[in-house]
Amino acid sequence: MEALLAIVSGILFACSFYLMMRRNLLRFVIGLIILGNAANLLIFTMGRLTRDHPPVIPYGAELPIEPYANPLPQALILTAIVISFGLLVFALVLVFRNYLTTNTLDADTLDAAEPDEPLDVHTETRRLPA
Amino acid sequence: MDLLLILPLAIPLGTAVLTLLLRSVPGVQRLTSVLGAVALLGASGTLLWRVATDGIRAAQMGGWPAPFGITLVADPLSAGLLGMTAFVAVAVAVYALAGMDEARQRFGFHPLFHLLLMGVNGAFITGDMFNLYVWFEVLLIASFVLLVLGNERRQLDGAVKYVGINLVSSIIFLAAVGLLYGHTGTLNMADASGRIAELRGSGVEATLATLFIMAFGIKAALFPLFFWLPAAYHTPPAPVAAVFAGLLTKVGIYSLIRVFSLLFPDPTGYTRTVLLVIAAGTMVVGVMGAMVQRNVHRLLAFLVISAMGYILMGLGFFTTLGLVGAVFYILQDVPVKTTLFLIGGMMERDTGTARLGEMGGLYQYRPVLAAAFMVPAFSLAGFPPFPGFWGKLTLVQAGLEAEQFTIVAVALIVGLFTLLVVAQIWSRAFWRPATEDDVQASGSTSQRWALNGPIVALAVVLLAIGLYAQPLYGLAEQAAANLVDTQAYVDAVLGPSAGA
Repeated sequence: MEALLAIVSGILFACSFYLMMRRNLLRFVIGLIILGNAANLLIFTMGRLTRDHPPVIPYGAELPIEPYANPLPQALILTAIVISFGLLVFALVLVFRNYLTTNTLDADTLDAAEPDEPLDVHTETRRLPA
Repeated sequence: MDLLLILPLAIPLGTAVLTLLLRSVPGVQRLTSVLGAVALLGASGTLLWRVATDGIRAAQMGGWPAPFGITLVADPLSAGLLGMTAFVAVAVAVYALAGMDEARQRFGFHPLFHLLLMGVNGAFITGDMFNLYVWFEVLLIASFVLLVLGNERRQLDGAVKYVGINLVSSIIFLAAVGLLYGHTGTLNMADASGRIAELRGSGVEATLATLFIMAFGIKAALFPLFFWLPAAYHTPPAPVAAVFAGLLTKVGIYSLIRVFSLLFPDPTGYTRTVLLVIAAGTMVVGVMGAMVQRNVHRLLAFLVISAMGYILMGLGFFTTLGLVGAVFYILQDVPVKTTLFLIGGMMERDTGTARLGEMGGLYQYRPVLAAAFMVPAFSLAGFPPFPGFWGKLTLVQAGLEAEQFTIVAVALIVGLFTLLVVAQIWSRAFWRPATEDDVQASGSTSQRWALNGPIVALAVVLLAIGLYAQPLYGLAEQAAANLVDTQAYVDAVLGPSAGA
């Protein structure tokens, strides 16, 4: 089971990297979503899998009965999902807002902050301070 | 429970909530923001003083003993960075009163600024890997919103790049945390440093180290992962850019130092070579990028990258002296970068342009600004008696001692080029005679006080650090000793018996 999930997680990582290298910003955001899920699945698998044994403490006992599923990765993933959900919503709104001002989702046209201006070396002759 | 360790997190949170509630009363809101920053300086300063005199302090949150609960730890490195953070926070909070336009102040600059401070403080003070990830996300989301606050087209453009790459970096970090947990069974850094010994020399250790270098390297803008920084840092207004430049990359490099000293103290020499190559690339690319820029903010952004290289170089030697240099450099670089970006904002405000070629006459009409510019600028270039000189001197000494002559040569040449870049700013913006409309009178007297006051205060403190470097240098020595021999850190977190 661990081996299977490890492979699935690897495939998800590969898909997300492929998507994030596309020029379309929306595909980039979808890549981010898949990347987050891949990492969460990785954490889940790293916590070792135990099926059918929820970590519930029986009435009157102080410890759950072995074997039981590791609850910590689930707590970590829950936190990570909530955080990445918020961040992804922000990223989506940002891409949409940028689309409204530029009318494009092409990453190659993102140059409002870094306009293509000729470098200093070509335009000014006096370079040295004096 | 150690209240002193919680205050650096509680005060910014409380201030953020208060400033959010007081948004309809701008005057009170601004006063609260400044007072919150001052209170933070008081708390962090006290913590720094206590750590410097009594040693490392740790607190277990919720009373859960380590390694089961979340631990807050303040060693000299953390405490020093907390102190510096609070110091620049006060300066930026005052500067923002006049340097930030009304609309941005009304739409949430103050709450976001304090939330950002909380995230930065949390990252510096936590002793837990997953908690570090959470603090990273806190400071990231605050920085995202601060970056786009104002909705200018170039801000959105820079933010797309900044947000995209930083989210990728966070997820790489999360994957690394997951792997670390799977192989050591713990998330507490001190506990993991003991347990990771079993993995020493295995492929898992190399994978983990690489993932951490990738994740923190993106955040610290190290070569070759730095492209997002000059694309984004020049777009927001000066106060926002100043906190970003002063603090955010430092969080990345701090985490790298922390992780490598606790988890991968190696070295077979292999990681050392990798780190030194990255350091050399970072220094060279940063200064070369700065040389060809014509926009003063973009130029300063490239200088941020260059400084990261020096800090990483100190970590790459992994000798006590190298770490002393790295810690001293990182501590003095926080106010240096903040001051430079604040001055950059003033230069644009006073000349009405961000292009260096069109500036002029600042030395004639703004003598205070010119004098204040000298300190951080020539500190960056490594001139005595400014603090950057002591940092670079220590790093070069450490390099010669470790017989890494190539990187020392690179560092010295980059220092020379940095001087050239700084001299260019000086000769163009400050020394060149003014044409008639170059320098505009701007703002009322109280506004000019709010703008110039923090800059002058930062410059005076920097000059004081340069002239009397011993206290800060002593702190750096303490921090480096604790980084090389992590036993004291482990004992403070887990209790004296567990480390043996």
